[in-house]
Amino acid sequence: MDLVIVPLLALLVYVGVQSTAVTERVVLLPDDAGKAGVVVVSTANGEQVLSTAYASAQFSGRGQLVAGRDEPDQVSARYASTLAALPPRPESFSVYFASNSITELTPESGQVLNRMKAALASYPAPEITVIGHTDRVGRLEDNDALSVKRAATVRDFLLGLVASGTLIDIAGRGEREPLVPTADEVPEPLNRRVEINLR
Amino acid sequence: MKQLILSALCLGTMLSLAPPLALAQDAGVVKLNKGSNLLERDGTRLPITVGSKVRVNDRVLTGADGSVGIMLQDNTMLSAGPNSTLQMNKFAFDTTTHAGILDASVKRGTVAVISGKIAKATPQNVSFSTPSMTLGVRGTAFIIDAGQRSE
Repeated sequence: MDLVIVPLLALLVYVGVQSTAVTERVVLLPDDAGKAGVVVVSTANGEQVLSTAYASAQFSGRGQLVAGRDEPDQVSARYASTLAALPPRPESFSVYFASNSITELTPESGQVLNRMKAALASYPAPEITVIGHTDRVGRLEDNDALSVKRAATVRDFLLGLVASGTLIDIAGRGEREPLVPTADEVPEPLNRRVEINLR
Repeated sequence: MKQLILSALCLGTMLSLAPPLALAQDAGVVKLNKGSNLLERDGTRLPITVGSKVRVNDRVLTGADGSVGIMLQDNTMLSAGPNSTLQMNKFAFDTTTHAGILDASVKRGTVAVISGKIAKATPQNVSFSTPSMTLGVRGTAFIIDAGQRSE
């Protein structure tokens, strides 16, 4: 890595010197949108709130927790092998069903399935969750059952794509979690969907 | 989902009784595995492979040439760089409410974190630590560098 922790520290490790000499650091990273969340770092004698991208806090075993800001390039270089090991981000795909159908997908959904297939190949040890939904036409209980059947249809399709032994969890939420909120008994194509969550 | 019920039960137990967590619960799955790395469970060390489960109380130990990427059940993403020790102290996740508990320690080396659903739903229950620092997390990505030290 690139843990370019200087030879001095390596030496100290070698002689087994522990927390009094080892430098510990936290660096806040930007998210995909370039924004940062908040991390509150505390030690026995101090606290730092990190809330901007590349803000850092460093503690050298004694004294204060020191706030700073890292250079993005240095962070990428220094922690390259750690960052490279992050798993691929989860992705979600939705396919849509014809009214009251458990097998008939909308034409656009075929393209979604093709995109999903391509994405699926990039997930090592894939975990798949399939969640079925309905619109609000029909009885609540019937829609619970319909949503599970829709999810099962998609699961059966997925089983043909993955290695045997791959777990695919399915669930049905019926009309309980509409994408587009509607009054009862309103047909809504966007709510007749199955979500495929890959990670 | 059976998994959902189990984790919900677990969470209920934890919230009402507080720790210790008695169940050996799956917290996540190893997605990337480079070099030679070990999983320490109940005093035994096993080689890590892609697909290895990481449970509560497990320790991930990476080699000098190693790195490991782990996806937790709440979509928290963790990666440990070379010469690192990461311990999963507590984990519980309710797939319906997204409430949960996540507590992990970086004993040495470097861990990158992209927080997941627990940090959104119940950020007060997410904590990471190093030998000298504790971190509270409000939904974000960050690196923890606990420095190089003996195991």
